[in-house]
Amino acid sequence: MSTESAPAPQSGVAEDVKQGPRVAVSALTTNLREYGLIIALIVIMLFFQYTTSGTLFKPVNLSNLVQQNSFIIVMALGMLLVIVAGYIDLSVGSVAGFIGALAAMMMVIWPLGIFSNPLVVSIVCLIVGALIGAAQGYWIAYHRIPSFIVTLAGMLIFRGICQALLGGGSSVGPLPDSFKALSSGFIPDVIGPLTLIPPTVNAAGKTIVGSGLTLHMTTVVLGLIAVLAYAYFGFRTRRKRERHGYEAEPFPLFVIKTLVGSALALFLVFQFASYRGLPVVLLVMGVLISLFVFVTKRMTIGRRIYAMGGNAKAAQLSGINTERLTLLVFINMGVLSALGGLIIAARLGQAVPAAGLGSELDVIAAVFIGGASAMGGVGQVIGAVVGGFIMGVMNNGMSIMGVNVDWQQVVKGLVLLGAVIFDVYNKNKA
Amino acid sequence: MASTILEMRDITKTFPGVKALSNVNLSVEEGEIHAVVGENGAGKSTLMKVLSGVYPSGTYEGQIIFRGQECHFKGIHDSEHIGIVIIHQELALVPMLSIAENIFLGNEHASYGVIDWDANETRTAALLKKVGLKEDPKTLITNIGVGKQQLVEIAKALSKEVKLLILDEPTASLSEKDSQALLDLLLEFKRQGMTSILISHKLNEVNRVADKVTVIRDGRTIETLPRKDISEDRIITSMVGRSLDDRYPPREPQIGEVIFEVKDWSVYHPIHAERQVIKNVNLNVRKGEVVGIAGLMGAGRTEFAMSLFGRSYGRHITGEVLLRGRPLDLSSVSRAVENRIAYVTEDRKTYGLNLIDHIKHNVTLANLSGVSSRGVIDDMREMSVANDYRKKTNIRASSVYQLTGNLSGGNQQKVVLSKWLFADPEVLILDEPTRGIDVGAKYEIYTIIARLAAEGKAIIVISSEMPELLGITDRIYVMNEGRIVGEMAASDASQEKIMRAIVRGEGKKAS
Repeated sequence: MSTESAPAPQSGVAEDVKQGPRVAVSALTTNLREYGLIIALIVIMLFFQYTTSGTLFKPVNLSNLVQQNSFIIVMALGMLLVIVAGYIDLSVGSVAGFIGALAAMMMVIWPLGIFSNPLVVSIVCLIVGALIGAAQGYWIAYHRIPSFIVTLAGMLIFRGICQALLGGGSSVGPLPDSFKALSSGFIPDVIGPLTLIPPTVNAAGKTIVGSGLTLHMTTVVLGLIAVLAYAYFGFRTRRKRERHGYEAEPFPLFVIKTLVGSALALFLVFQFASYRGLPVVLLVMGVLISLFVFVTKRMTIGRRIYAMGGNAKAAQLSGINTERLTLLVFINMGVLSALGGLIIAARLGQAVPAAGLGSELDVIAAVFIGGASAMGGVGQVIGAVVGGFIMGVMNNGMSIMGVNVDWQQVVKGLVLLGAVIFDVYNKNKA
Repeated sequence: MASTILEMRDITKTFPGVKALSNVNLSVEEGEIHAVVGENGAGKSTLMKVLSGVYPSGTYEGQIIFRGQECHFKGIHDSEHIGIVIIHQELALVPMLSIAENIFLGNEHASYGVIDWDANETRTAALLKKVGLKEDPKTLITNIGVGKQQLVEIAKALSKEVKLLILDEPTASLSEKDSQALLDLLLEFKRQGMTSILISHKLNEVNRVADKVTVIRDGRTIETLPRKDISEDRIITSMVGRSLDDRYPPREPQIGEVIFEVKDWSVYHPIHAERQVIKNVNLNVRKGEVVGIAGLMGAGRTEFAMSLFGRSYGRHITGEVLLRGRPLDLSSVSRAVENRIAYVTEDRKTYGLNLIDHIKHNVTLANLSGVSSRGVIDDMREMSVANDYRKKTNIRASSVYQLTGNLSGGNQQKVVLSKWLFADPEVLILDEPTRGIDVGAKYEIYTIIARLAAEGKAIIVISSEMPELLGITDRIYVMNEGRIVGEMAASDASQEKIMRAIVRGEGKKAS
């Protein structure tokens, strides 16, 4: 995880404040799921760090990991809202593939002149994504067609259009470098690099790649700011609660949490800084994650989505326009699917007919591993993000270990099942 | 004298915190139609559930003796096996299956799992003839009306070689004509020697067919009347004869001008478009006044309230609502809330609460703008609002972070009330506000209602418990079959008067 996910645990704290004497215990048990998930991610990472003899945490591999999985996490943000609202969206992989194809055609094949500019194309693609979401959401919200069916249809339709656009089985590329930067680029070092250990120079007078230690200072500074902000806001919220007479979690627990979180974040920042800096896509992801945490935890629209998923009839009778809310949730999903499609195309450098194929299942799995309930009304953004990373780390780690792709699927399936069984078991016990 | 077919002795059934039945006795003779009457919640249905094995042997005290043998039913299957069949108020038919499939569902003529359709359909045809239903056995249930569905249920009961047929409010959702046909059928069965128990609160029907009437009140048998003593007056006195004690907080009503008025309100059924559910209802509520709507289950009171509140029920709604003389737009729930109307549902679990979320989030749900600015929720403000209402309505919970699903019925009701109080309504419609909650919590709810009235709000209370209406309201409207059939000051009202208004309303319709 990176610096940008830092604000998230802080808002997680907001929920676990309890009054009464058993504060420490209740703070721990109520957030067992959230802590447990993060601990699970760390354990899995350490496991693969060991089995891949240290490859996993190598700066270059961390960058790869982020770039390979970012689209899953981006789409998981939208999927979380869809699932919390009590629906499902099976079309996201196909929509992503279609948008990738659309973007490639606009930039490479169609003579659009100025409109083939990557930025313009990206904006158009996001709008198209919103329209697709609206079209599907309309039937779900206003005609009460089950979302499973509408989006299953969407899955077939958009995969078909994607393939038709690309003219059968061919791929379209190469895409412009400025577009590829969305996925494979790194943020520019405006401050300038800091060389701690000069690279070794061999006898022939050439530097050995990977030797020495040069830090991407912009990354370091951004990372430090984020970590400080995380600690500061965490502390401030705590103070505010205490002033209002609401007992916060015990101080030592708070300190430990903040320290562990900060240390982890700083370690990752250091790894990125010692390679080529912060990947652009990680920055995009971080901003989106923060935004969705804010929307779900602090905004009325987020609250309404949870209420609708928890009891749609009660929400409706409390004055919530559940139809419009459903439509908005699917429009949001459409936009994020489109963004996911752009990220995939940018990473591959071309549009291929199979882009995003089957990714809807990874996205849905990430959300469920993250603790969302299939019945709706329950689920956290951070859970979905960590769920996405768990899937990503397993993919990456097993690939490095040389585990056959077939068996990778088996393992992922078992992890998904295990996570959900753990949830159900916990709920029944409570 | 005929022999006794069924004897229930000293039946006592306790639910956590509530004694639903205490020492109930019921004795039914072979070949008679025995009516069991009582108010809603008196324990009629519980008694029948004990009899049919829905509550298995061991979960209640007392004896059931059927045809001379003591029975210990472990489930419905056992009671059906020896010929006791119950037809519930809500029909238990599968809409998308045919009449024949429904009649023999779970009991098909089959060998090795392969169904013999010819045998099923021939037998179905014979059964349908018995109940006087002229339909093809292959017709889907969904394509026949409620009256005919009721007959299918009876045919299904006959297919099980029924010895004792129990009908729980069989005419509750039937038209007058269908009701008459059903009662005629019961009399026909009686001539053929079948015994039936009829549960009903429609006294004119009871009067018409019953040989004996057993009255149940507050979970006790009051008396069993033989045919010659059956009269509506006698039954009513027996049904409601309980004294009002100080179960209600004292209040001094300060009643002002009319602030809420409903004129000529009519509503049609959302699915059966030709059925008018609410018929030209007129009512008004004054400032600081608590107005009750009395009536029996199915009188249309909830439908009326929900159709008012953002058109949450029904179709082709016509009529006018005035707040302080000005027409009010109640076309959606959010409009209604903006116009300061609140409706507290009778079914808090299904329509009132998000059970998987905690108290704090439930309390603010109907008025999120009250704790947010520009769509961002102020957590501290929300917290103090939640704590404030928790204190005001005396919600007993470890903190406002307790899930509402884990609260008792009374405390859940207080959360729903808090939600609507925080929305700051001027007119508050409370639908069965004390259903399923214990006596202590009831008193607290009454106290809150009294306080709101004292603050000058206009309050409508819908309740099936007549003593409750008499105890807490200032004026009572009586509703029956979608119509207002009576209006009286609470000081003049009595349970007899209310019952009479209902019965008169029904009598009118029958004639």
